[in-house]
Amino acid sequence: MSQEEPGGWRVFVDPTRCIGSGICAGAAPTHFVLVDGLSRPVNEQIDPADAVLDAAESCPMEAIIVSDVAGGRIAPEP
Amino acid sequence: MTDTSQATIPQPYPFSAPHRLDVDPRYGQLRREEPLTRIRMPFGEPAWLATRYADVRTVLADPRFSRAASVGRDQPRNTPYQADEGILAMDPPEHTRLRRLAAKAFTARRVEELRPRTRAVAEELVAGMIDAGPPADLVAHLATPLPIRVICDLLGVPVTDQDRFHTWSEAVVSTTALSPETVESYIDQLIGYMAGLIAQRRETPTDDLIGAMVRARDENAERLTEQEVVQLAAGLLAAGHETTVTQIPNMLYVLLTEEGGWERLRAEPDLVPKAVEELMRFIPLGATAAFPRYATEDVELGGVLVRAGEPVVVSVHSANRDETVFTDPDRLDLAREVNPHLGFGHGVHHCIGAQLARMELQVVVETLLRRAPQLRLAVPVSELTWKRGLLVRGLTAMPVQW
Repeated sequence: MSQEEPGGWRVFVDPTRCIGSGICAGAAPTHFVLVDGLSRPVNEQIDPADAVLDAAESCPMEAIIVSDVAGGRIAPEP
Repeated sequence: MTDTSQATIPQPYPFSAPHRLDVDPRYGQLRREEPLTRIRMPFGEPAWLATRYADVRTVLADPRFSRAASVGRDQPRNTPYQADEGILAMDPPEHTRLRRLAAKAFTARRVEELRPRTRAVAEELVAGMIDAGPPADLVAHLATPLPIRVICDLLGVPVTDQDRFHTWSEAVVSTTALSPETVESYIDQLIGYMAGLIAQRRETPTDDLIGAMVRARDENAERLTEQEVVQLAAGLLAAGHETTVTQIPNMLYVLLTEEGGWERLRAEPDLVPKAVEELMRFIPLGATAAFPRYATEDVELGGVLVRAGEPVVVSVHSANRDETVFTDPDRLDLAREVNPHLGFGHGVHHCIGAQLARMELQVVVETLLRRAPQLRLAVPVSELTWKRGLLVRGLTAMPVQW
């Protein structure tokens, strides 16, 4: 993975939906961190990573949105 | 920081036999004086016990603490045998791949779609209880059948088989209530029953969760084994009712016996969602610890060095009473504003059914507030009988009047 030009995917955690279950921070610790009890992406632009898809699909609140640069939804699946 | 792992004699754990829903005062002392302490459970190797909120969260969510590393170890545990723990003995990414099979069905959005049907079931069951007349057993009339009907609908399990799998499910939460032979036999029967339902879905596809899991497994055969899927489905059925079945009476017991409980909700019914969260915090549902996490490297935690390969168990009840996080933690406050409780756990193994359980618990309390506002215990507290030898604490029966 290139550190200079992360790209391809954007990660957003909706703070109004997050309940701080810690599932994403446990499943993808390099991508999510809990701050004051709620999850935040470590980087908002990332290279494609299965662990981020796993986290988005596992979130009980569907608070994690992964999209491509054009804004198209990648996860969670509807 | 001190290194006491070799020096201190581990204390027997649990510290005391469960008594009603009391929390042992020793936890408060440990949080203040020795937040990581050495314990020995009835079986297995000695362990660390974490009692502070922050440390408990770290053990449950930090990948340096592993469930998969417990496989093959002499795990600290409550039973002479070591059960096959399936998904609860996995770490990401294997854990997440398996959990994703079912996670979709338990999102807040999907659970909301089940609320009207759950309300209708609760109405019907409460009406049945009222028709039966006081005193009536709330466990038999409401707390047991409601979660079973909901999880059966969701999974696609025939509710008419409930007598069989309800019996088998108790094996999953037994510590000493059932003999090791009975536990093994019940779990084999539960797994065999679920394997049969899954085979039926291959013949005749369905839209229920088992049907969806079968399709997902067949599309990802290289990533998921048949046994994993059968175990997961059986686990959902067992966990899907043993916990909620037990927690409904616990919640009503607390509401009917603690100051600021039922009367306050009757006056302020809009508090129900917050009240359910507070009851999840306040009630020590578990009777003991389980599922130790093994450190995969040396980790400083709670002022001690946990060495790579050492197991740590957590006390969620202690974390939920941590005075540095919760104001006046031993008081029931149904309107508590800040309530990041760990009643559903934390991290990758956070209860998959948490949203479903919340919805069911809210519906039960709302329905009783509306249909039986004068609800009260029909016997003195001292005459209530509590389950023994299980991972969970709960009432065997709950006679009520209204």
